[in-house]
Amino acid sequence: MVETTQLNVRRRQRRPGAWLHVRRRHVGSWAFALNRLAGLGLVLYLILHLFVLSLLAKGPATWNDFVALAKSPLILPLDIILLAGILYHGLNGIRVALIGVGIGVRQHKALFWTLMLIAAVLLLLGTWGFITV
Amino acid sequence: MAEKIIQFKVFRYKQGDPEPHYDTFMVTVNERTTVLDALETIRRDQDGTLTFRHSCHHASCGTCGMRVNGREVLACVTNVMELGTSEVTVEPLQNAPLISDLVVDMSGFYETYSQAHMPLIRESEYLTESEVAEGVPFHMRLESCLECGLCLSACPVVGTDPDYIGPATLAAVWRVVQEPRGEDPEALLAWIDSEQGCWRCHAAMECTEVCPSNVDPGGAIMALRGELTRRKIGRLFGKA
Repeated sequence: MVETTQLNVRRRQRRPGAWLHVRRRHVGSWAFALNRLAGLGLVLYLILHLFVLSLLAKGPATWNDFVALAKSPLILPLDIILLAGILYHGLNGIRVALIGVGIGVRQHKALFWTLMLIAAVLLLLGTWGFITV
Repeated sequence: MAEKIIQFKVFRYKQGDPEPHYDTFMVTVNERTTVLDALETIRRDQDGTLTFRHSCHHASCGTCGMRVNGREVLACVTNVMELGTSEVTVEPLQNAPLISDLVVDMSGFYETYSQAHMPLIRESEYLTESEVAEGVPFHMRLESCLECGLCLSACPVVGTDPDYIGPATLAAVWRVVQEPRGEDPEALLAWIDSEQGCWRCHAAMECTEVCPSNVDPGGAIMALRGELTRRKIGRLFGKA
């Protein structure tokens, strides 16, 4: 009779950061990780935005000080990063929604690069707007 | 035939070891050497304690799934020279309990996978001359899927959520929905229409990228979502 031995295996563990391990992965994994990072960034921005809006309650002087700060060249790169995050998250979200109902699944990479091209054009236009307006 | 010496950095872990480590082996390879050939050479000539799973040597059994240079592959059909690196890193599959060296415990995967009932076999397997092996009640497997677990290892969601049903099983469920052959797809659809089912996928499509058998689990998961969405919309308008 064959005796069986219970193996003391290294148990499979939850790896909370697994989604960030994109080295040697393909476009889809990069797109997913970037989408999640952009989403987290946008959540942080929303909290910051609500905090900024609360300055309105502190009177015109406080608000005017903030507006002056927001118009400074130092803030411009942050505006561009924010726009990039919104464009990436929004347009990649469209791709995920489309393939999520079975549309363009086999063309998901081409769809991704097409939407990223649109995002790049809109980002350039937006940056031009930030600089000139 | 041109030969080359390649350095193999192999993941090692034995029962009772506090932590895994890597061992390095130098192996002479030629244009036809596969990673599995190299591992067998290491075990025969350098370290008889090296453990790994394998059987058929021709991408049919799916047992030699492992990560080579960070990507999930079947070692038996991965040509060493075509990797194009002087050092080849060999590691076990992720997202499964580690037993020893390159061997992981696949029982959890098989357990979940079998819940899709695996009734799908090709017509050719019904041929009268096709004999069922001793101890096996009937032919049972999803055609094409090798049950190698590469998709499970590559999926970023399986890594973060061990309760996720996973790409291979969802692909099997989609085949049952496509072609029930007497099975009841409704019960399976109810099972995968859940937080840990097809809705858990984040469409990274890494499963489809690494699948050595063109099962396209990512496509199957999206097809399941489409099917469930159509049914839910249909129910909104009073269709059964």
